[in-house]
Amino acid sequence: MRKIWDIHGGIHPAENKHQSLHNPIENAGIPPQLILPLAQHIGAPASPIVNVGDRVLKGQMIAEAKGFVSAPVHAPTSGIIAAIESRVIPHPSGMSASCIVIDTDGKDEWIAHQGLEDYTQLSKIELVDRVRQAGIAGMGGAGFPAAVKLSTRDDKPIETLILNGTECEPYITADDILMRERAAEIIAGAEILRHLIKPSKETLIGVEDNKPEGIAALKKAAEGTGIEIVVFPTKYPSGGEKQLIQILTGKEVPSGGLPSDVGIVCQNIGTATAIYRAIRFGEPLISRITTVTGEACGQPQNYEVLLGTPVQYLLDKSGFDKDNCIRLIMGGPMMGYTLQDTAVPIVKTSNCVLAPTVAELPPPPPAQACIRCGMCAEACPVSLLPQQMYWFARAQEHEKLEDHQLFDCIECGACSFACPSNIPLVQYYRASKAEIRQAQQDKIKAERSKERFEARTARLEQEEAEKEAKRAARMEAAKAKAAAAANAPEAGKADIIQAAIERSKAKKAESTDPAQAAIARAQAKRDGNAEEESPQEKTERLQKLLASAEKRLAAAKEKLALAQEQQNENADAFATAVSKTEEKLAATQKELSEHEASLVPTKAAPASDSADPAQAAIARALAKRAGASADESDEDKTTRLQNTVASTEKRLSAAQEKLASAQEQNDANVAAFATGVEKTQAKLDTAKKELSDHLATLKTSSASEPVASDDPVQAAIERAKAAREAQANMSDADKIKQTIESLESRIARTKEKLEAARAEGDDKADILADSLVKLEDKLAAAQQTLSET
Amino acid sequence: MGFLKVSSPHAHGPMSTARVMRLVLLATIPGLFSLTWFFGFGSLVNVLWASITALAFEALALKWRKRPIGFYLNDYSALVTAFLLGIALPPGSPFWLIMIGTGFAILICKQLYGGMGYNPFNPAMAAYVMLLISFPVQMTTWLAPQGSFAGDLLGPIDALRYCFGFGRDSIDAITMATPLDVLKQNDSLLIEDLWQGSAQFGQFAGIGWEWANIGFLLGGMYLLYRRVFTWHAPISMLASLTIMSALFYDGGSSASGGSPLFHLLSGATMLGAFFIVTDPVTSAVSNSGRVIYGALIGILVYIIRVWGNYPDAVAFAVLLMNFAAPFIDHYTQPRTYGHKLKDQQGGKS
Repeated sequence: MRKIWDIHGGIHPAENKHQSLHNPIENAGIPPQLILPLAQHIGAPASPIVNVGDRVLKGQMIAEAKGFVSAPVHAPTSGIIAAIESRVIPHPSGMSASCIVIDTDGKDEWIAHQGLEDYTQLSKIELVDRVRQAGIAGMGGAGFPAAVKLSTRDDKPIETLILNGTECEPYITADDILMRERAAEIIAGAEILRHLIKPSKETLIGVEDNKPEGIAALKKAAEGTGIEIVVFPTKYPSGGEKQLIQILTGKEVPSGGLPSDVGIVCQNIGTATAIYRAIRFGEPLISRITTVTGEACGQPQNYEVLLGTPVQYLLDKSGFDKDNCIRLIMGGPMMGYTLQDTAVPIVKTSNCVLAPTVAELPPPPPAQACIRCGMCAEACPVSLLPQQMYWFARAQEHEKLEDHQLFDCIECGACSFACPSNIPLVQYYRASKAEIRQAQQDKIKAERSKERFEARTARLEQEEAEKEAKRAARMEAAKAKAAAAANAPEAGKADIIQAAIERSKAKKAESTDPAQAAIARAQAKRDGNAEEESPQEKTERLQKLLASAEKRLAAAKEKLALAQEQQNENADAFATAVSKTEEKLAATQKELSEHEASLVPTKAAPASDSADPAQAAIARALAKRAGASADESDEDKTTRLQNTVASTEKRLSAAQEKLASAQEQNDANVAAFATGVEKTQAKLDTAKKELSDHLATLKTSSASEPVASDDPVQAAIERAKAAREAQANMSDADKIKQTIESLESRIARTKEKLEAARAEGDDKADILADSLVKLEDKLAAAQQTLSET
Repeated sequence: MGFLKVSSPHAHGPMSTARVMRLVLLATIPGLFSLTWFFGFGSLVNVLWASITALAFEALALKWRKRPIGFYLNDYSALVTAFLLGIALPPGSPFWLIMIGTGFAILICKQLYGGMGYNPFNPAMAAYVMLLISFPVQMTTWLAPQGSFAGDLLGPIDALRYCFGFGRDSIDAITMATPLDVLKQNDSLLIEDLWQGSAQFGQFAGIGWEWANIGFLLGGMYLLYRRVFTWHAPISMLASLTIMSALFYDGGSSASGGSPLFHLLSGATMLGAFFIVTDPVTSAVSNSGRVIYGALIGILVYIIRVWGNYPDAVAFAVLLMNFAAPFIDHYTQPRTYGHKLKDQQGGKS
């Protein structure tokens, strides 16, 4: 006999299971309309892939999974898509969400689908993908996408696979009747799961001892498979995943961790059956077993229900007496939530519809004072001190609540059940959890805006300091010049020229023209100072980015899984985060692959062009500016070189003019201008030499292909040059005016975007607001310079 | 009509606070019966008068506080306080003494703090200590048990007469020092000789006292069986008291503190262990905390009884530990599922 562990606490509420077990599972049939919420699982909602008016077949995917933690939705029967709109969904708040509504046609016409005789012929990845495509989400109640749990990682070897057939909630018998009637399917599903997860130690099915018939059926079906049926005493909440793990293995899932952390994977037996049907017959998850029970139901019973079937349809079949029903519960009496609207549909997680009479589950009497009797602590399956947490919750002492492990509460309701003073303890904890989460978010927000404010203040201060320093430097220079002019004209001049050269170099480094910058970088590289990112470096950087993005994705997924584990309300937020991270990852991957692809022609190119890397870089930079990376033809090169010569000549004459005027006015920048003239002269020489060399090679080469004169690259280069020259020829005031204009238009655009983002409540709004402030600063600075000149 | 909109859980257990209190009242019967059997109707009259006054004070306080009187009186908590105080007071106490006691317990110790569940001190014990300090003569006048003297026990009529102040002079004829007093006063006799020479001693402890204690022990066992409280606090209190008295028994010399059995069955030991120490409102909350809480009460009871100024000590010990309960709670949080013990403890606050 294997050892069974006990969980702390627990309660023994009236089971009330026999009522719904008199009859076998009945097919509920096809209701006239099915309502299929896009989010029937934990994670990102599915996204519709059909349109209103489309005819869909049974088993056809009508909404696809969105991201890793998500599940697709399939049409449970054939019919016409009547609407894709917001409908009331089964949720404690009674909220509405996007649903696909199908008007059924009663033909129940299957889409072509194919199963697998022998699943071992497929790889694990393919099998898990089939499970994912079948839209299977945990059917015990949480609705965690089954494929996610199956994607085990190699660094966390799984020792034990556990199938959960506990069903500890009173009234519910969906799993019980599944065991009685379809034990073979459960075992077949268990074998597929075992094949996928490959537990190194054992595969167990845990069942409470109040289901003797189901246990017998399972044991019979499991003969010879090595799958062990473990029976343990009935106690609520033994069926909680963490509790079941403790009962069967004595291990505890670490707080904030997952079962896989202790080498365990846990799946509901209903999920196992669904996986079996998906693999063996290719049937997606389109129906489930739901218990309809309670004394307000004339015939309590288990139904095989098509997903999307309205609750009202099931109640009508069960002889529901509305006047006698005090509350309508989706789920069991311990953790279920009340429904206000009987139009809500059965979804993947709906294991029970409970319609009790007043006498059966009377309304809660008014709460009395807590006498700290400790019955709640005795009942708590995770060894919390509910009475203390109640006092802290009332006093809103959030820190103490967290110290008392509020977030380890599984909200099973055992404390409220046991409380002699009828205090709705669980409700206090739910509210406190929400308050704490809200407070944390507010805190993060506040910190972010504080950081932003501080960064801005620092930046403004720094700018002010820089301006101050520049002014001081200018005054120093003027003083020095005056002194130099007075004392040692020759030696002093040399110093001034040296200083001017330094300044001009610095200025050049700040240059914002990308082409210019690239040229500068290329030159620097030629000098041995390789600052520009080489293709290899870029590859490395992208790969690093990719790796970190993957890491982040993994972390996000884990968080999500955890949140789901704890039925955390943030699960949705985490799911969104996961999908966002996935998008980023995809983008990085794309960039990397593009970059790698671009590396191939670059590597092949050098032979055709000059061997000088700087030259190549210049060519690339120019090409980039033109928005294309095509290689130059010889003729193009000739024109380009000719152009370069011409423009350089023009620039040289301009520079010479400036130098002359500066000399006349005895300007401090004379030296800079002189250097500029020299450099331009040098460039002109190089360009001329290059041109002549090129022309020489052209003459010797026999083959030169004709090329269309309207080459877009060339045109773009011309345009860019023209723009640059136009700018160069403009007066300072004009330049500033142009800057102001462009800034103004940018500000206007940013404002529009910001408003849109605010309206949508997008978190980009903060970033946009920040950049708007920056732009306005720039504009103010530009306007100031304009007025100064 | 729409469906009820409530949060889970929808089912509720059979236990209610009023039921808990009724069970406690029920469990006092064997002890109360023994007291009556050996000391006459004094204790019953005490309990009766204490109940009437306690309910009246409770109703008055609720009226002042503008709370629904019926709703709160129905939780039986005032009655429990009244019963415990009535039992703890000497049989045949005067009506004004009882009334001052219940008034102090209900008005000051309970309602002033906010009513049931909010009081830091056990109201019955706080009132007892207040009376003991204020009215030492009345509080230490205990009737002689049946079999230790020639006269008749206090009948119901006499008990009422005594209580309401008629013919109280004659009460001295039937009073006697309690065994704990006798032991405390003793400084020359061996325990064995003391036992022989004093009429109050019976089989294990004082005549009547031992049976009253056994009665409360039975009641306590019943409450344990009904899971009204856990074993931790009462058993650890009795255990520490036993250990202390065994350590200092020294075979029964004239300086002996008395045998373990004597201590277990004397004074308010069993009443304290099962009806006072188990008061959930004022005790520590976790099981390990309750073990510490109970053990320290047991030690304090012995220290005060043997080396202190008062013959019995349960009330003082309990009040002292009421102070310490929040401190104990702070260091005895149970280990939550999925946590390591050291992560949790060590006084994060």
